[in-house]
Amino acid sequence: MGKVILEVKNLKTKYITRFHEDVYSVDGVSLKIEEGKSLGIAGESGCGKSTLALSMMGYYFPPLHYTSGDIIIDGVNISGMDPDKVRTTILGSEIAYIPQAAMNALNPTMKIIRFIEDVIHAHDKSVSKQEIRSRAEAYFKEVGLPPEVLDRHAVELSGGMKQRTVIAVSTILSPKVLIADEPSSALDVTSQKMVIKMMKDLMKNGHIRAMMFITHELPLLYNVTDDIAVMYAGQLVEYGSAHEMVFDPIHPYSHGLMGSILVPEEGTRGANLTAIPGTPPNLKKPPVGCRFAERCKYAKPQCFYTAPAERMFGENGTRMYRCLMDEEELREVYANE
Amino acid sequence: MSERKDYTNGPLCLSGRNLTRVFGTGAKQNVAVDHVNFDFHEGEFVSIVGESGSGKTTLSKMLLGLLNISEGEILYQGKPRDISNRKKLNEYWKGIQPIFQDPFSSYNIFHKIDAVLLDCIAMRGGKHLPYEKKVEMMTEACSFVNLKFAELTNKYPFELSGGQMQRLMIARIFLLKPKILLADEPTSMVDACSRATILDMLLNLRDETGMTIIFITHDIGLAYYISDTIYIMEHGKFVESGKADEVILNPQAAYTKRLISDVPKIHEEWDLSTVEMNNTL
Repeated sequence: MGKVILEVKNLKTKYITRFHEDVYSVDGVSLKIEEGKSLGIAGESGCGKSTLALSMMGYYFPPLHYTSGDIIIDGVNISGMDPDKVRTTILGSEIAYIPQAAMNALNPTMKIIRFIEDVIHAHDKSVSKQEIRSRAEAYFKEVGLPPEVLDRHAVELSGGMKQRTVIAVSTILSPKVLIADEPSSALDVTSQKMVIKMMKDLMKNGHIRAMMFITHELPLLYNVTDDIAVMYAGQLVEYGSAHEMVFDPIHPYSHGLMGSILVPEEGTRGANLTAIPGTPPNLKKPPVGCRFAERCKYAKPQCFYTAPAERMFGENGTRMYRCLMDEEELREVYANE
Repeated sequence: MSERKDYTNGPLCLSGRNLTRVFGTGAKQNVAVDHVNFDFHEGEFVSIVGESGSGKTTLSKMLLGLLNISEGEILYQGKPRDISNRKKLNEYWKGIQPIFQDPFSSYNIFHKIDAVLLDCIAMRGGKHLPYEKKVEMMTEACSFVNLKFAELTNKYPFELSGGQMQRLMIARIFLLKPKILLADEPTSMVDACSRATILDMLLNLRDETGMTIIFITHDIGLAYYISDTIYIMEHGKFVESGKADEVILNPQAAYTKRLISDVPKIHEEWDLSTVEMNNTL
């Protein structure tokens, strides 16, 4: 077992709306990422994937509020830290975060080098501009981007190049963890491949030590990350290695998700897709029992009033699922379908 | 694995002969669709696959009669399409109906959902039917797409989720029963589980009514799952076309091969070692 870089213990956060209602967006998530590993988070829109990313960085700006739980980055507990302090000491140097569609939000009036100056100056005001430029040029060369990009404006770059620039800018301080939220979903398949290769190379060359990848595209997760966690209504319902999750999902929700994968391979055409009817629960009033019970084909009466706990299983007890039914029982149900 | 009926030999429904669309003139001339030929048969599920900027949407707008044709012609049911005046265009639109990518901008926000569906009934000549009959038709259409009509009456479109809106679009098509349905990326804005539901509904719709479905997408895995025939489009031209199995499992054109190899798969390794960074500024 490698060294744990990022650990989250029973993290609970909520949004408070302007009508003073609580929305329990992340509700008891525990996970860890070891050195050199990558974790993928899958789940449908609105299940809390992006909120989990924000919560894991300690980035609590209203309406997001911290409730309880621990966030430990390389042995240092940052939970409860002042968000302004997080911005200047954690973000960029400990955890780098690429929000969804970040590449479309680059200020069009600024050259790329100015973004890098901003990042470095937020942490250390004493670095001179010449030093930043030479550092940036060396780093861009290393990650496979032409240094001329530094003197361009964002609008002059193509989509794939813009996204790679965003990744380079956000990892210039060699953060321990990179959290990427849908980094490639707005790109075509060719540029997507370049972005993924760049992120994998960053890991290989030691610029980042662990990675969290958020997307709803399962074939992509399978190819990029070591582990996959499936999220539903603010909780993780299952996690395990990428191979186990795709070929042997246990939780009814992940079973349904994996059954809807579409790839251009033999056997896809005419295959029976599993569709999950219904909509996720309202997180203002999360259900008392299992959150998935309402949409679950196999739900029993007790599922509606008993909340399932996390259960470990698998060879070394490394996999987790959150369901009242036993592993054998679920496997039998799937086999009989 | 369920066997699907072969629809690829039916009578011709929509064809294109040297269909071309040019934007701009002179040095800035841009040929978006470049002399394409195709034959879509009745009941056939056709996918047009291409990356962004390949001309998919331009082609679909021409098929819908929303965009003028620069050169060539479109044959509708074997005869040259005539949409020279508004009356003929309306007649043509009874035969071809679209579903667009963004369900949120496909509805008139001031119209309630029953008004949307009542419009469809009126368009099919059912304007003077008794109201009970109309409700029956609307209920049937909604239940076809797993929606409950009783819950939808008196609601506005924005009260629905994206997946529900897109399904309501299909309910519209179910009421209109056009000869051709043109679906332009209908699943790119909904998530994976709703996507499976919508795809299966489209397949059922085809089997039930025998309509031709033209499916425009950039997702080659999805196109392979759903369609009988696939057309691969690059820079306004069809570089490859044929039955889904032939095109995907045995691609001939270099572009198709590249497109397939660039998509992440689950049984084959996704080769990242050959990726060349495109660093042209």
